[in-house]
Amino acid sequence: MAVNPDNYGLRLFVRYLVLCLIALIFIFPLVFMINSSFKPDSQLLADTSSLRAFLPVGDISLNNYFGAFRRAPVGLFVLNSVLVTGTTVLLSLLICSLAAFSFAFLRWKGRDVLLSIVIATLIIPFETIAIPLLLLVSKLPWIGLDGLHWGWLNTYRVQIVPWIADGLTIFLFVQYFKALPGELIEASRVEGANWWQVYYRVVMPLSGPVLATAAILKFLVMYNQYLWPLIVVQQESYRPVMVGLGYFFQLNVAWGEVMAYLTLITVPVLIFYLLLQRAFIASIASTGVKG
Amino acid sequence: MAEVSLKGVKKSFGRVEIIKGVDIHINDGEFVVFVGPSGCGKSTLLRMIAGLEDITEGTLEIGGRVVNQLQPKQRGVAMVFQNYAIFPHMTVRENIAFGLTIAGASRQEKQQKVAEAARILQMEHLLDRRPSQLSGGQRQRVAIGRAITRKPAVFLFDEPLSNLDAALRMDMRMEIGRLRRQLGTTMIYVTHDQVEAMTLADRIVVLKDGQVMQIGAPMELYHEPANRFVAGFLGAPSMNFLNVDVLELDGEVAMVGNQSLEPIRVATRRRPFRKDGKAILGVRPQYLRPVHSGKGLLHGIVAHAERLGSETVVDLTLRDERELIAAFNEDKVFEPGVALELTFDTALAHLFPDEGELQTH
Repeated sequence: MAVNPDNYGLRLFVRYLVLCLIALIFIFPLVFMINSSFKPDSQLLADTSSLRAFLPVGDISLNNYFGAFRRAPVGLFVLNSVLVTGTTVLLSLLICSLAAFSFAFLRWKGRDVLLSIVIATLIIPFETIAIPLLLLVSKLPWIGLDGLHWGWLNTYRVQIVPWIADGLTIFLFVQYFKALPGELIEASRVEGANWWQVYYRVVMPLSGPVLATAAILKFLVMYNQYLWPLIVVQQESYRPVMVGLGYFFQLNVAWGEVMAYLTLITVPVLIFYLLLQRAFIASIASTGVKG
Repeated sequence: MAEVSLKGVKKSFGRVEIIKGVDIHINDGEFVVFVGPSGCGKSTLLRMIAGLEDITEGTLEIGGRVVNQLQPKQRGVAMVFQNYAIFPHMTVRENIAFGLTIAGASRQEKQQKVAEAARILQMEHLLDRRPSQLSGGQRQRVAIGRAITRKPAVFLFDEPLSNLDAALRMDMRMEIGRLRRQLGTTMIYVTHDQVEAMTLADRIVVLKDGQVMQIGAPMELYHEPANRFVAGFLGAPSMNFLNVDVLELDGEVAMVGNQSLEPIRVATRRRPFRKDGKAILGVRPQYLRPVHSGKGLLHGIVAHAERLGSETVVDLTLRDERELIAAFNEDKVFEPGVALELTFDTALAHLFPDEGELQTH
């Protein structure tokens, strides 16, 4: 069927219109958050009844930001979150990809059963295992510079280690590895590579897309952590951003400061996303196998 | 350089036996081609030699050493895959040097060997490109380059040309032939293309259903096929098979004929036949010649003719309604519906037992 140019233009216009509307639905809360962070509470609440809520008009200042910094150690919370999230993401990519490599390429007894168990863990909500996990981590040993300790509460590691391995990330890697051309693995084996070399010389360099996907998903989970750090961290010095939000919900909620705080803690997310998006695009290379 | 020897080699996937006991001895420096239809086990057999598949039973020796339990890298083999299998994230240079990098070779050694491989394969100008910037033929050349830099004892080729277009396939075929003369290494080559098999091989191994049907030099297989399968597999168009009656049996010679075929005497080549029994007569299309009416051995009617310039391929319907293909070495017009008589040199015909007949007796 020949394409009617007029019709095509119209359809393109409608398509873009629909996409823009959908994009706006997602953008409005962000626009509201950022605009409100510059307004005093009285104006912020008054503006919610009109479109002014989405516009930077009226009494605009940075007072809420100063207020947020006065009320909570914002820098510390962001640093804690970035540290915990970054470490978990890196370790998770390493550990989960190694596990998936074994599931996808090595032959061993019980492999398929174990993989189905790993995938089955996806349906277990975290809330159901939070308390048993708390009991477990509260009794785990740790050898530090100052000798042996019992119990991991109030540390960074208690926020990191339980989140490194997860079924979804392993599953993502397994699916991706299985779709890689088997000849590439075989060719590297015949060329003399051991499994470890196959992993880091061939499989990992070709896994850009899945690394980016897994990293973004893990980042979102980790950066948004609330329940777990709330129950395992009592000391302010290890607290992440989401738990820090509690500082703003006291007798009188300072909405302007809440918005300023939220705007500040969104910045690392945007930076991370933009960085990975570049990596994601760069990794889409053509394969060396005839498709 | 090494001999390769397979003794009673079997392979099963679960309960399904894919390779049913194969014995092949490949001499040092020999070019052996495994051919057979899809699913005959030729690729599996090659992968077993490479160490990519386990050997269920039997022994595999490379260079006089049993390698059944050895990892691919310990066997001294290099393999070229059908899909090239070159690494997309590396340049041509890195791809070719991959085996050397893994082996921990020095930068100088890598440079020297890559340069040598690039010179042999005439691709010095491509070394800094990525695989995505190469054509199919160039990619396969890179794969071959990667294989030759390590100076393996045995080269394994798994249908290396089947993803290339016809013109390129011919070029690469000649190139592999040239490479073989240059390197003199033992080579095992899997293909389903009989032209590749006939032109490249010192010896051909014809496989069917995981069993060796015949091993021999290309012309030996062409002129003296051991059985009907080999006779039909090699040669294009493939050999005609006619169901004939054994009219007389006289030692090494049988008199056969049927409704469309005048009685002729054909050598039995020590195959078992029974007087008044059935047999199958094999005649290559190229051996048939048209003759004047009354002098022919075969009688048919032209159904269809294809003029190829140097050759005319005629599809005939015989008196018993069976089809026969004749290939004449000239450009000639054959109108459909015209009666045609054909003759052939009976010494070039092959008589095979009728398998159904053998089973019932």
